[in-house]
Parts: sequence; C-alpha cells; structure tokens
Amino acid sequence: MTLTAKTRLFAVLTILSNVAGNSFLTRGMQQLGGIGNSPVALIAALFHPWVALGVVLLIVWTLTHMALLSWADLSYVMPVTAISYVVTAFAGRLFLGENVSLARWIGIVLVTAGVTLVGRTAASSALLEGKPQ
Amino acid sequence: MKWVLVLMVICATTVGDVFRSLGMRQHGEIHDFRPGAIGSAVGMVARNSFVIISTCAMAVSFFSFMKLVSIAPMSFAVPMSAAAFIPETLLARVLLKEAVDWRRWAGVGLILIGVVFISQ
Repeated sequence: MTLTAKTRLFAVLTILSNVAGNSFLTRGMQQLGGIGNSPVALIAALFHPWVALGVVLLIVWTLTHMALLSWADLSYVMPVTAISYVVTAFAGRLFLGENVSLARWIGIVLVTAGVTLVGRTAASSALLEGKPQ
Repeated sequence: MKWVLVLMVICATTVGDVFRSLGMRQHGEIHDFRPGAIGSAVGMVARNSFVIISTCAMAVSFFSFMKLVSIAPMSFAVPMSAAAFIPETLLARVLLKEAVDWRRWAGVGLILIGVVFISQ
C-alpha cells in the first residue's frame, strides 16, 4: 500500500470513528439525562449500550489518529480531519431529519474547500526534504 | 466561567495534539497492522512520556468541552473549540518544523469560517 493510500484510509477511519463515536456518546448521555457529578454515576453510565458503543469508537478514533500522526504532519491531519464537521451536518440531516439551513450549506462549502486545499499538500514534510516541489 | 472553559479546551487540545504528534514521530511510522504488532506498538506508545502528557491533556480537553456544552450552546462551543486550529498550526510550524505553506494556512482559515457557519 502506498503512503498516500494509507494516509487516505486512516484519515477516513479517523473521521468516521470520531463522528460515530461522538454521536453515540451524545445519544446515550441524552437518554440517561442528568446523572450529576458523582464518579459512581459516571462509571455506571459507561455500561449504557450507546455510551459503551461511543466509547469503543472513540478508542478506535484515538488509535487511528495516533497511527496517522506517526507518519503524517499535524498541520495536515488536523485540517483534513475537520471534514468531520461536514459529515456531522449530513449525518444530522440523514439520521435525525435535521434541516440544513442556508448558513450551514455555506459552512459546508467553506470547510470542504479548506479541507481540499490542505489535502492537496504532501501529508509529510519529511518527504519533501531533498525533493523538488 | 464560559471563557475559562473555552481557554481550557483550546489549551488542552493544542497541548494534546502537539504532544501526540511529537510522541508518535518519536515512535516512528507504524507499518505493521497485524494484531500482535498493534498490541506491542500500543504497549510501547503507552510508555512514551510525550504520549502520556498528550493523553492527560486530551482528557482535560474532553471534560472541559463536556462542561462547556452543558452551560453554553453548541453554536458557541463548537467554533470556539475549533479555534485551537490556529495555535496548533503555529506550533506545527515553529515546534514541529512542518512545512506549513499558504495552502495549509488558507485551508485552516476557510475551515474556521466554515465551522462558524455550520454551527449556526
């Protein structure tokens, strides 16, 4: 697998696990309602199915994000994974029937343009050394 | 309180990402994805002091964000926490010595404005 293909695969895994993990976690916490600040209640919340699924996905997010940073620049990974804001907006429309306002569409276009711009740079500065650009 | 939490989220996210990047760079590129190799990589990375600092900072960031969304609307919390992109890009350039060209800066600018619109 080439480095570009590996970078793309891990970027997609990082984005999807982040969006899905946060959505499940939010859904679970909303179902539980106010649980207060006691550590016991917080630990008990981890056994709620949606919360547990969210936490597992966020562990996947942590691992794929770390793997990605082992070869790619932070100033590449951070903006490229920002497409998760767009994925979240679309997920809200698809699964929750949320309305996407004009302001949101403008935001989606701007974020996508920014991510595309950064995505066209080389993922790793180390690879640029000694190579003509 | 709101602004203290915003500052905590931005600082903790920045420290978390920069140290995670430092730690993973120190570890080197991960290229073996067999279960055993992943296990030993996780074991090695978990003992890396940069990664340990990063994980603590990420935990602070996570809980500060949770607290922030409990007292402020998402339309405020999300773009405010995305502001971490600015110090992170600066530190990537200065501390991590990454090649941050105009496309990366312009991309970060577009994303930040976009996040403000998406959160409305």
